[in-house]
Amino acid sequence: MLQGKWLTAFSGIALAIACGGHAWAQATIKVAYTDPLSGPFAQVGDANLKQMQYIIDYINAKGGALGKKFELVPFDNKSQPSDALIALKSATDQNMPFIMQCSGSNIAAALIDATNKHNERNPDNRIIYLNCGAVATELTNEQCSFWHFRFDLHVGMKAEVMVRALPKEVTKVYLINQDYLFGQSVQREVKTYLAKLRPDVQVVGDELIPLGKVKDFSPYVTKIKAAGAQALLTGNWGPDMNLLIKAGVDAGADLRYYTFYAHLAGGPTAIGVGGDNRVMAVMAFGENVAPEIGNKEAEAFTQAFREKNKFDFSAAGFRTIFEYLQAAVNKAGSVDPTKIAFAMEDLTIKDFLGFDTRMRKDDHQMISEYFVGTFKKGVKYDAEGTGLGWATSATIQAKDVDQPNTCKMKRPGAV
Amino acid sequence: MSMLRRHWPWLLVLVILLAFPFLFYDWSKARHSGFVLTLMSEIGVMAIFALSYNMLMGQAGLLSFGHAVLFGMGAYCAAHVVNLVKSGTLWLPTELVPLAGGLGGLFFGYVFGWLVTKQRATAFAMITMGLGELVSAAALMFMGFFGGEGGINIDRVMDTSLLGVKYTSPWQVYCLVLVWAFIAAALMRLQTQTPLGSIANATRDNFERAQFVGYDPRMVRLMQFALSGFFAGIGGGLYVLIYEIVTFDTVSAGKSANALLAVYIGGAGGFFGPILGTIVVVLLQSGVSLLSNAWLLYVGVLFIVMVMYAPGGLIGLIFMHMPIWRAGRLRELLLPYARAFPPALLVMLGFVLMVELASFTTIGAAQGKKFSIGGNIIDTTAPLPWVVATAALVLGALWLRREAHGFRERWDELIEGARQQGAMS
Amino acid sequence: MEVFVVSLLNGLVYGMLLFMLASGLTLILSMMGVLNFAHASAYMLGAYFAYTISLYIGFWPALIVAPLLCGLIGAGIEMWGLRQVHRNGHIAELLFTFGLALIIEKVVQMTWGLLPVPYRVPELLDFPLFKVYGTQFPAYRAFMLAISGLMFGAIWLGLTRTRVGLVIQAALTHPDMASALGHNVPRIFTLVFAAGTALAGLAGVIGGNYQVTEPAMAFTMGPIVFVVVVFGGLGSLTGCFIASILMGLIQTFAVVFDVSLADLLARFGFTVTSSTPFAEILNVTLPRVGALLPFLMLVLILVFRPRGLMGTRDT
Repeated sequence: MLQGKWLTAFSGIALAIACGGHAWAQATIKVAYTDPLSGPFAQVGDANLKQMQYIIDYINAKGGALGKKFELVPFDNKSQPSDALIALKSATDQNMPFIMQCSGSNIAAALIDATNKHNERNPDNRIIYLNCGAVATELTNEQCSFWHFRFDLHVGMKAEVMVRALPKEVTKVYLINQDYLFGQSVQREVKTYLAKLRPDVQVVGDELIPLGKVKDFSPYVTKIKAAGAQALLTGNWGPDMNLLIKAGVDAGADLRYYTFYAHLAGGPTAIGVGGDNRVMAVMAFGENVAPEIGNKEAEAFTQAFREKNKFDFSAAGFRTIFEYLQAAVNKAGSVDPTKIAFAMEDLTIKDFLGFDTRMRKDDHQMISEYFVGTFKKGVKYDAEGTGLGWATSATIQAKDVDQPNTCKMKRPGAV
Repeated sequence: MSMLRRHWPWLLVLVILLAFPFLFYDWSKARHSGFVLTLMSEIGVMAIFALSYNMLMGQAGLLSFGHAVLFGMGAYCAAHVVNLVKSGTLWLPTELVPLAGGLGGLFFGYVFGWLVTKQRATAFAMITMGLGELVSAAALMFMGFFGGEGGINIDRVMDTSLLGVKYTSPWQVYCLVLVWAFIAAALMRLQTQTPLGSIANATRDNFERAQFVGYDPRMVRLMQFALSGFFAGIGGGLYVLIYEIVTFDTVSAGKSANALLAVYIGGAGGFFGPILGTIVVVLLQSGVSLLSNAWLLYVGVLFIVMVMYAPGGLIGLIFMHMPIWRAGRLRELLLPYARAFPPALLVMLGFVLMVELASFTTIGAAQGKKFSIGGNIIDTTAPLPWVVATAALVLGALWLRREAHGFRERWDELIEGARQQGAMS
Repeated sequence: MEVFVVSLLNGLVYGMLLFMLASGLTLILSMMGVLNFAHASAYMLGAYFAYTISLYIGFWPALIVAPLLCGLIGAGIEMWGLRQVHRNGHIAELLFTFGLALIIEKVVQMTWGLLPVPYRVPELLDFPLFKVYGTQFPAYRAFMLAISGLMFGAIWLGLTRTRVGLVIQAALTHPDMASALGHNVPRIFTLVFAAGTALAGLAGVIGGNYQVTEPAMAFTMGPIVFVVVVFGGLGSLTGCFIASILMGLIQTFAVVFDVSLADLLARFGFTVTSSTPFAEILNVTLPRVGALLPFLMLVLILVFRPRGLMGTRDT
């Protein structure tokens, strides 16, 4: 009865261990990818995985790099740093040159630290950590590392984009954020940039909520209304964002919602038609940008994904990451992480939408264009079948978000 | 010399555990598999954690939903101590860092325990649940002690080793973990033989009678709680050395649930049960999750099967064979087992195939993976795989039922025979 | 004044939602001593069933059919699962429901996907009922209040006025005696478990479109439901009702009062600076910990009064 199950599990595990320890010939360039693929945050990792696989297939069809194809190797980290570190060990065992991670600044911090230590202690088996979405500013300031490359604008930059997108008529804003490192840094950065770029705006309220615990946001909406705010600026994600916007819409509050993450998987469905022309999000890519600027090739690229998957291509911006990898590997002429890292910093690439991007040398933070999308009817590509989609209401160029940094990077000896 | 003869199983296990990683040693690159060593270190740490949980659940009958709080607080304490050593304020050999974690766990075990052990049974469980929620929320909010979301990170290369070891490689850390695991396990084993251990068992079995004997059950609970915190803290200290970072997930409900799973699956109350359970759970989590994203479902099903048919855990199942083994008739079970094995395997494979097909159709397909067994790609939209899976499941279940019946008869026969021979304990 | 009235209404609505969810669990926990971890999963199933049914038939039939389905599932679980496990003790029952919760969550993910589903408020109810000081009060919330009030009334009447109800009440506090008097206690257990699960399903139908319907629903609502049940006390439905409203009001009003322990100390002339020990804790304002207050209350009441508010038995 029970032995059968045990035997199956055991053989499966032995297989996994054997796979973990076996060094395969490097016919492909392996990119390890770790994110939560099960548990309460599974949709994040799952959505990213689908989109990345499509992008990699596209890049490989264009020849990959140095004649080799890229290969994505997913690892489920179940939102725990220890599992991400085990994934890192598995990746280094197989001599993979890259490990990528998008979700969770706590996991990112653990990975940066572990990658630094590993690369220092094992100079012949190094690995580069590609950060596709962990946006805490500290990761390229106090915790910056030569081996870490971030491909999404950090909190400070996103906050600046959000502040720049505030219309002139908005003079009273309310801030709500989640009570942990990320939310607290959003709070800090938004206030800094408001003071710097929009001194006419008054912050009438400033709240922190416990992460994932608040089920009913109506009391907050009451407070916001009582304070007379015209716009709500929030870095909330997941249920904390969905429920907040729902509560505001239900109460008939005349508010505009400026968010970081309303465009990600699940957001549009949760917001619904009630959010028409009220919800804004800062995003690296909007599906309606390509038709708006008339870029036919990019539009075809995103449309093909939508037809294949019946799923929004909100993370198409990941293509820029792989174009950087492609360029860096070709420039370095080898798959050696140290050479690739030196080749990748200070690289400039025109991304597939036609905008200029650059990987900064001093802190390994990429700067790129960013958009502010408004959730409204009447757009060419709607989001998650709701009938409403993200229309671009503002475009911020890369050079406008080239913020200073405090990184004191330690470089290894040049190779 | 006689001690060697008495404790040879322990030494044998130590030797096996030291040799095991070499199976995965990469001879061409002259290095160990970091993955295997980290996984085994993880098993070591979780085993200590599970054993400390067993002190509460198995020995004292206290079901706690917040045991990870003690583990995590011990880890945070150890991390702060290491950072203090690095900055020169303290001196502590690297080998004794887990002890710092243990003392942290002991302190918090006493402080929280004072509140928590005022009640017993279900009320105790609910208080620990509330406490767990509070501490894990606090761990996110407060930067000073918990370091917020990013946690506290350390550099384990402290250059204060008693043996002159640098602890740069996973192999050195693994050896340290092994040594501490043995020490902790031995100590916990000894604790069950102390008066406190015996009275804890007594309060578990018959609460009122223990009161009448004259011991204050509240003090027993408190001391047991604090001591289990000590050992959990040792586990926490080792965790910090392995991963060099401690974040809020070490105090979360998920970690506590892991301990509960491990102890229950392995078998509560005994000693080897929790260790066995830990191995199964860690391999399921870190091994099977690499192969399938439905691994949580398997955990759930395994759980339910264990709870319904084997409440004594895996160890309980093994020990059920003791009377027959003592009667010397164990090999007569070989044939019934062999007969029951194929249908069981069939049911298992049918179930796994069914789940994987369903999961793939809704989730996995879009992940761009191809569903393949042994290199053959299988088309999940065709009816054939589904039919095969269903047939395996149904036919296997019917066949198993018949075999189980025969097995049961044989088993009862053997137990009866053992009883007559006086081999029942 | 405006803030007070609006917060009162909001707190009531949230509290009633909690009550809908917790009432079933009170019955189950009081009667069978089973810490049912799968209760919040029944809530989730109710929401998902209602979503699918309302896609094909409509919301109003879903209001009846979805809870029935959940009730049937609950009856099945009790008859073929819990009953076998019952003899192995309370921990075994708890773990059984825990395993069940894991399985249900995964099955939901496999059937409806990982993302939230667009389960919306029916158009008939999607309008603002009245305005309170400029804030809209949606008609759907009034509907929620009405349904939960009806639920409470129906359970109350059912327990006190019907024969079965009287037997259940007896078995709630003295299960052995009820059995000794000749009542078919196992059948009553099944009935109660099924009813409790159906109530959770109904709560899901109502609450699923008020909140977001997604696979993590059970995981997020689970702990707070236990708090309410234990706080209200075992064996008492009224206690559960009071506890739910209390929790709802406390969480709602906590958001409104921007005070912290540091402010309190300042009243006594003691200023807290950033170098004061525990400064971080003292500076925490009430809104930041509002959602954690229920857990704090749980710990305190269990330490000092394990019966809960109106419990008839010790927890």
